[in-house]
Amino acid sequence: MKKHRLVIAALLGVVLLAAITALASAKPAKKSASGNINIVGVWTGDEEKSFNAVLDGFRKANPGIKVTYKSTGDNTPTVLATAVAGGKPPDLASVSQPGLVNDFQKKGALKNIDYARGTLSANYPPDIAKIGVVKGHVYGLLIKGANKSTVWYNVSSFKNAGVKAPATFPAFVKAAGTLKASGTPAFSVGGADGWTLTDLFENIYLRQAGPAKYDALSHHTIKWTDGSVVKALQTMATLLQSSNIAGGTSGALQTDFPTSVSNVFTKSPKAAMVVEGDFVPGVVASKNALKPVSGYNVFPFPAIGNTKNYVEGGGDELMAFKDTPAIRSLVKYLATGKAQTIWAKRGGYTAPARTVPASVYPDAITRTTASAVGKAKVFRFDLSDLQPASFGGTVGQGEFKLFQDFLKNPSNAKGIAKQLESAAAKAYKAGK
Amino acid sequence: MEPPVVAAPPSGEPGVLRRNAVALGFLLPAAILLTVMVLYPTIYTIIRSFFGKDAHEGFLPSGQFAGIDNYKSLFTTNILVTAIKNSAIWILVAPALVTAIGLVFAVLTERIRWAVAFKAIVFMPMAISLFATGVIWHVMYIKDPSQGAVNAAIGAVKSWVSTPGALSSASPSTPALTGSPQSGYVLQKPVSAGSTTLLGLTAIPPTDVPSGAKQVATLQPKAGAITGVVWRDFKPGGGVIGKPEQGELGLPGVHVKLIDSSGKTVQRATTGDDGSFTFDKVGSGSFKPGIAASTFAAPFGGVSWLGSRLITPAVIIAYIWVWAGFAMVVIGAGLAAISREVLEAARTDGATEWQVFRRVTVPMLAPVLSVVFITMLINVLKVFDIVISIAPGSTQSDAAVIAVQMWRQSFGGVNDFGLGSAIAVFLFLLVIPVLLLNVRRFRREV
Repeated sequence: MKKHRLVIAALLGVVLLAAITALASAKPAKKSASGNINIVGVWTGDEEKSFNAVLDGFRKANPGIKVTYKSTGDNTPTVLATAVAGGKPPDLASVSQPGLVNDFQKKGALKNIDYARGTLSANYPPDIAKIGVVKGHVYGLLIKGANKSTVWYNVSSFKNAGVKAPATFPAFVKAAGTLKASGTPAFSVGGADGWTLTDLFENIYLRQAGPAKYDALSHHTIKWTDGSVVKALQTMATLLQSSNIAGGTSGALQTDFPTSVSNVFTKSPKAAMVVEGDFVPGVVASKNALKPVSGYNVFPFPAIGNTKNYVEGGGDELMAFKDTPAIRSLVKYLATGKAQTIWAKRGGYTAPARTVPASVYPDAITRTTASAVGKAKVFRFDLSDLQPASFGGTVGQGEFKLFQDFLKNPSNAKGIAKQLESAAAKAYKAGK
Repeated sequence: MEPPVVAAPPSGEPGVLRRNAVALGFLLPAAILLTVMVLYPTIYTIIRSFFGKDAHEGFLPSGQFAGIDNYKSLFTTNILVTAIKNSAIWILVAPALVTAIGLVFAVLTERIRWAVAFKAIVFMPMAISLFATGVIWHVMYIKDPSQGAVNAAIGAVKSWVSTPGALSSASPSTPALTGSPQSGYVLQKPVSAGSTTLLGLTAIPPTDVPSGAKQVATLQPKAGAITGVVWRDFKPGGGVIGKPEQGELGLPGVHVKLIDSSGKTVQRATTGDDGSFTFDKVGSGSFKPGIAASTFAAPFGGVSWLGSRLITPAVIIAYIWVWAGFAMVVIGAGLAAISREVLEAARTDGATEWQVFRRVTVPMLAPVLSVVFITMLINVLKVFDIVISIAPGSTQSDAAVIAVQMWRQSFGGVNDFGLGSAIAVFLFLLVIPVLLLNVRRFRREV
């Protein structure tokens, strides 16, 4: 009995002590609340470390402000939705879904960051500075860019066929033909994942129809049956001939994205090129038999007409749920080339700021893919990411399914455009 | 507080009341749990199915009342109709096949020597989660025979029957040669004795060029003969198409044929190391040289198990692979309980084994068979994970069943809880008859 009492007493003591320390640690925090910033975001692992390194630069310059970053990974949208519904949002949050910025803005949960406009125009290409603008105010700030206008190729396949990285679309089509004649199909297509096909379409559409039409299509103010869409689909069909693709179209429809990459990144390639974003080498990182530059390499998606330095991309945006002087200075800091250079040097990062010099990237491949974003003449966000999820982001329906149907039968551009339009109209109607 | 009365109360009105109170006390926790976790969500789902995508979720949904719109789109949206059709296929095929195969296994294992080992092996898949099963079968079903086990097996059998040609990927380099890999390629313009012909092929990987290939021959016309070359019409950069050039290789060992104006093959030849061939003494008239189809016989490309046409049968096969063991064990237990004397009596009376099986074993097993069948029926209605994990993205909508679409429309990207609820209610209605059947059986057994 006595022993038990002792144990209970000890336990009570521990609890009491814990409570006291908790109180003690909570108190000073409360006092300097204006100097506290908490951020939640999608970056985990190495990205989390790198972001903290960026924050360290800020901490050093502002010792009075305590900045904490908590990673919520893929759960970020859920975490934020719950936190906002519960009335306790974080100060800042980074997300990879551009739609969330609009959603939270609509709910009135966001504070605008117009105060960073000056910093943005001094550091960002104009198109990227515009990305997070909703109704004339800046609500989202692209912090980490992604370049989806890249084509990856197997260097020895190119050498065997005697072709060089093409800069224009006609040269691209011609190179594909030469590669086919050399016995290696030109493209490996991850058709089992519909988004690889929408990315290809968006790259063509942005260059062929131009940014104005691209914007109109992304807001559904022009229809998918528009002549420009049909034309882009037909252009896409010239690339997607069955004999140009490893395994033919039926094989491509069962090839997932990682397999489509490893088809090219191997010593006996099944295809010479894979068209996808800057994340491609990461897919085969652990089992990549080829060395960068000498084994595999990259070139920007070829220009159609006068469209050099057009980039279709994506990235992670920062949004602010509160507005304090401390938050203002941190947001401004994160938008500078100086801050982003810290991350760029550590690798695995594409800076949206044009003031980050290409030379700071750790290797030749990243220099090509990442600096293209900073010097983009035209930059547009991935179109399917801007659509209602039932149309632009759900496996087995909407864009994903219809582009897979198109891959199955590339001669049916008009029919697919019609189906795209009816699916889009339905999704937009349901979304309102 | 008064101590509770444990002993049976004397008969009379207050006793009955108290007994009811005790019964209620015992039922209450379960009743509360059922209400909170089953009854309320069910009612909520039914009400939710009449509201639109953006209705406000509260204790009860409000705003954006949609009437029966969700049910309308359930039966008019293509992919949802496909899901309903697929579910119908599943219900018709899967439970019956699982029960039948289980029955066959159970009866057979009674008669073989290594029954325990056999049973263990057939039952083994039950130990794997359905999702993992799906992943395994997805890999086995891959179309490329060098990756998918199923197609590799089919390919191995096929390769005994026919061997692939040396240049299976090749195609003509110029439109002058027409035909198909199945029929071979023939030069369109007829030639006569003394002329030369160029049969260029392209799309041949360097690794497929036969060993011993030399620089393509320079052709010399020969009197009374038709000469020509078959060569790899490609050099780095492409070269000039249709013209044998320095650096391009002849293709040795290619079977060429000469067809006369009536379409009959009059001569055959095989190309040399430099790709050259000669048809001597061809006489007068015009001829068409061509390349025989055997050169292009393609290796087995694989059955498209994961393609839109075969995906549902493919998933059902994997499902049967898992559940046949379960059916076998349950039916086997039922079989063991049948009295041997009845079977012996039937045999003594002169019944054949088939008659014993058909007229005695199966009727006596009927209760067990119906348990298995109904269990599988309920199981099949809610089948979900194996479909998601086997079907690749491009055929997800071709493979989807009702439960899959219920999830996809509510959580899998669309986030339309109205439509999702409507699908859930529809599924619920489908399950009710089976449930009633099951409850009735329980009653009978009690």
